[in-house]
Amino acid sequence: MWYFKNALTRKNLMALTGLFLSFFLIIHLVGNLQLLLPAKEAQLQYNWYSELLSGSWFIKIVSYGLYASILIHAVDAFYLSQKSRMLSGQYAKDRRNRASSWYARHMMLLGLIIFAFLVIHFKDFWYPYKFGEIGLDADGQKDLYSLVVVAFQDWWYVILYAVAILALGFHLIHGVFSATRSLGLYSPFYTKMVKGVSLVFGIILSLGYLIIPIYLFINN
Amino acid sequence: MKIHLNVWRQKHKDSKGAIVKYSLNEVAPEMSFLEMLDMLNLKLAKKGERPIEFDHDCREGICGQCGLMINGIAHGPLKNTTTCQLHMRSFKDGDTIYIEPFKAKAFPVIRDLKVDRSAFDAIIAAGGYVSVNTGQAPEANSVMVTHDEAESAFDSAACIGCGACVATCKNASAALFTSAKISHLAKLPQGKKESEQRTVNMVNRMENLEFGHCTNTEACEVECPQEISVLNIARMNFEYNKAKL
Ligand code: HEM
Ligand code: FES
Repeated sequence: MWYFKNALTRKNLMALTGLFLSFFLIIHLVGNLQLLLPAKEAQLQYNWYSELLSGSWFIKIVSYGLYASILIHAVDAFYLSQKSRMLSGQYAKDRRNRASSWYARHMMLLGLIIFAFLVIHFKDFWYPYKFGEIGLDADGQKDLYSLVVVAFQDWWYVILYAVAILALGFHLIHGVFSATRSLGLYSPFYTKMVKGVSLVFGIILSLGYLIIPIYLFINN
Repeated sequence: MKIHLNVWRQKHKDSKGAIVKYSLNEVAPEMSFLEMLDMLNLKLAKKGERPIEFDHDCREGICGQCGLMINGIAHGPLKNTTTCQLHMRSFKDGDTIYIEPFKAKAFPVIRDLKVDRSAFDAIIAAGGYVSVNTGQAPEANSVMVTHDEAESAFDSAACIGCGACVATCKNASAALFTSAKISHLAKLPQGKKESEQRTVNMVNRMENLEFGHCTNTEACEVECPQEISVLNIARMNFEYNKAKL
C-alpha cells in the first residue's frame, strides 16, 4: 500500500484525513447550533434534522468515511509518534522547547484527549440514538434533543466537554496549517496566510462548540 | 569569570556516558566557546586525564563540524550561530553550563562530545548531486536563472550539515537537512531534471537511516545556525508527491 511506505506518505494520509475531519467539524457545528434556538422550536427542528441525516444514504457513506478517517488518523499518529520517540535523544538539560509552541509538540497528547472524548461522545449520544431506547417528541421523532439537554445539566459533564473542545482547538490551530505543509504547500505568501486561517479556524470552531454545552447548562 | 561545567563524558560508542563536573576560574569573555573547552582540556592534560573530545574544524562558522548541545539548546543560547561562533560573553560569572553531544539514534556518540553524523553523508549520497558533466564555470548569463531564483536556491544551499535540526527536533527528523538539498537543486535548471528521482531516493534513504518524521513544529528553523527555512520541507513534500502522483 502506498501510504505505508514512509513517513512522508503517512503524513500525507494524516493530513488528508485530518482536513476531512476538520471540514466535517464545520458542518457538525452548524447543525448543532440549532440547539441554541428557543427550547420548543429547537426540540422539533433538531430532532427533525437528526432524522433527516440518519435517513440519508449520502450521509451514511460520509459517516463511514469519517469513522475510517478517525481510525487511520489515530493509528498513523500513534505509529509515527511512537517510532520517532524511540529515535530521538534525551538530554540531561533540555531547553529545546524554546523553539516551538507547546501544542505543536503535544499533538499526540491533544489527539489522545480528543480520542477519549470521542469514545464518550459516541457512547452517550451516537449509540443511544442509533441502537438504544429513546423517547419520542410531539411529532413522533426520536427525541435526541432532550437526551442532549439532560446530559448537559451536570456541571462536570460541561467541564469534560470544555477540556476536550479546548484540546481540539489547539489541535486544529497546529493541525490545519501543518496539513498543508505535509501536502506540499511551500509558497511563502500562502503558507503565511494559512497560518492565520488555521488560528482563526481553531478559535472560531472551539468557541462555537464551547457555547453549546455552556448555554444548555445555564438555560436549564 | 568563573564557569562551572557539566560535561557529557563517554568512553566509547557502546559505553554508558554520564555528566562530569568541572570548574574553570580564568575564563575571559572574549574567548570562544571552543577556546574555553581548549582551556579545560589543557588543564586535564596537565593533570594526566583524558581530554574531552569534541568536533570542530574551521572555527569560522562555515564548515558545520562543531555542534554541541549547550544548556539544552543546539549551538547554545545565541540565535543563528554555530558553537564555534559563540563566545563566553554570552555567559555570566558563576554560570553553570551543561555541554552534551547532539543526540539521536541516527547520530551515535563516538566519544564524549564527538558524534558520528555520517548518516547525513548517506542521505546526500542517495541523490544530492547532479549527474551531468558540468565542465568549466559557464558564462553567467548563458543559463537563465532569475536573481530571485538564484538567491532562493542559495539560501537552501547554505546548509552546513551540522545536525542541529536533528538534535533539536522532538522526532529526530532529518527533514530540514534533506529538504534543503532537494530544494536547492530543484530550484535550478541543472538540478530540476533529476528532481523526482532524487527526491524519492533521498526520502527513502532518510527513512532507512532511523530519522523520525516531521511534525512541522518549526523548531529546526529557529535553532538552525544558517536559518534554513522550513518551507524547504514543504517543497520536499511537494516534489515527492509530484513524483508519485
Ligand atoms: C476530529 C478529530 C481530529 C481532527 C480534525 C484532526 C486534525 C488533524 C490535522 C489536520 C493534523 C495535521 C496533519 C499533518 O500534520 O499533516 C493532525 C495531526 C495530528 N493528529 Fe489529529 N485530528 C483529529 C483527531 C486526532 C486523534 C483522535 C489523534 C490521536 C489519537 C490525533 C493525533 C494527531 C497527531 C499526533 C498529529 C500530529 C502528527 C505529527 O506528529 O506530525 N488526531 N490532526
Ligand atoms: S567549526 Fe566549522 S562551523 Fe564551527
